[in-house]
Amino acid sequence: MPRLNAGSLHRVSFTLNGRMVSGQAHARMLLSDFIRHVLGATGTHVGCEHGVCGACTVQIDGVPARSCLALAVQAEGADIRTVEGLAPAPDRLSPLQNAFRENYGLQCGFCTPGILMSLDALLRDRLDATEPEIRDFLSGHLCRCTGYESIVKAALDAAQKLRQERDRA
Amino acid sequence: MKPAAFDYVRAESIEEALDVLRQEGADAHILAGGQSLVPMLNMRLAKPRIVIDIMHLPGLKRIETGGGMIRVGAAVRQRELERQADLGTQQPLLAAALPWIGHAQTRNRGTVCGSVAHADPSAELPLVLVALGGEIELRSRRRSRRVAAATFFAGMMSTDRKDDELVEAVRFPMARSGAGYAFREIGRRHGDFAIVACAAVVDAQRAQLAVGGVADRPVARQLPLPGDPALEDALDAFAWDLDARDDLHATATYRRQLVRQLGRQTLEEAARCRA
Repeated sequence: MPRLNAGSLHRVSFTLNGRMVSGQAHARMLLSDFIRHVLGATGTHVGCEHGVCGACTVQIDGVPARSCLALAVQAEGADIRTVEGLAPAPDRLSPLQNAFRENYGLQCGFCTPGILMSLDALLRDRLDATEPEIRDFLSGHLCRCTGYESIVKAALDAAQKLRQERDRA
Repeated sequence: MKPAAFDYVRAESIEEALDVLRQEGADAHILAGGQSLVPMLNMRLAKPRIVIDIMHLPGLKRIETGGGMIRVGAAVRQRELERQADLGTQQPLLAAALPWIGHAQTRNRGTVCGSVAHADPSAELPLVLVALGGEIELRSRRRSRRVAAATFFAGMMSTDRKDDELVEAVRFPMARSGAGYAFREIGRRHGDFAIVACAAVVDAQRAQLAVGGVADRPVARQLPLPGDPALEDALDAFAWDLDARDDLHATATYRRQLVRQLGRQTLEEAARCRA
């Protein structure tokens, strides 16, 4: 039975955006802090740190979840995806990211990485998601700039473009 | 907003988890999905010396049906139950309440038993368990026992669980033929804590209403059937007996009014679903 004592650092390894990564963490370190401060992937933002705002949302084993409500040591061996994993190349945006750009889906951008990770998972699951479904899914995210309208528009636009892409394939 | 220091134990068997609980008692906290415990750790409302992760125990990951019960193990996530095929016919009340728990992003990790063990008075799963007359399976190194939901919930985030006990599973009674079920909730926004949540079970003879978010625990009461003129007074008495308090989210007056209105609507919907 592995027991990681409070005072020592422990090695944590998992897949981050398809690459095996590892680093040292205390047992109490949150996954959000581990991703940002130990691994240096600062695309994931930290807001409320009690699971309400959704800014720190990442995908854990394929489903969106709050990285501030998981310990780094719990992620051992997991498959983690963050906003850095969305773009297919450094100079190209994903269809979802592009839809946000074209529809003014962000202003200050603080909530955006979390929202993108939720919507990316939703559209992977349900490309035919309706506006009420999208709004329900977004209820787990706070945005204080946009009033959500442009975010919903961007999500619907992305879904439509992804459906066209699918139908062409 | 960072947890205080603790040791982390990744249990590899139930016995190991129970041994640590027996040795450490109240200084040890069980970590399952973490959607209630980790906020408490972050805000330092909980400062355990040891956290025991039980999510790697295959024996706790099962959803089983049999003997008129849906048995949900301690490592089953809310999303897994929500996506269980046939849940809507096996137990429509559970299927109706699950989407109200937090958000999709928290249901992806939060467990069914974790919410029950946490015992927030406005939480949906304790309410459903009380409305249905479900049971909680508790296990320690000393014994295993089953407790009825109505006696398990002892107050605000307080339960009948002893310090050395693990909530191993919860048991939801399956739908009875001839009974109708309904769930309704009012909150400021979807996903917020319920101001008032109602769960109703109605059959030809009896109507039962359970209310969450008002008293310090979910409370169920037998009431006159919808359509009976005595229902209004009985709902009013129920609303007063729940001893509503003012807080940041709603006044006691508003909560009592919600119990009367939402309670009646939920009972009527359950009666309609009976057919």
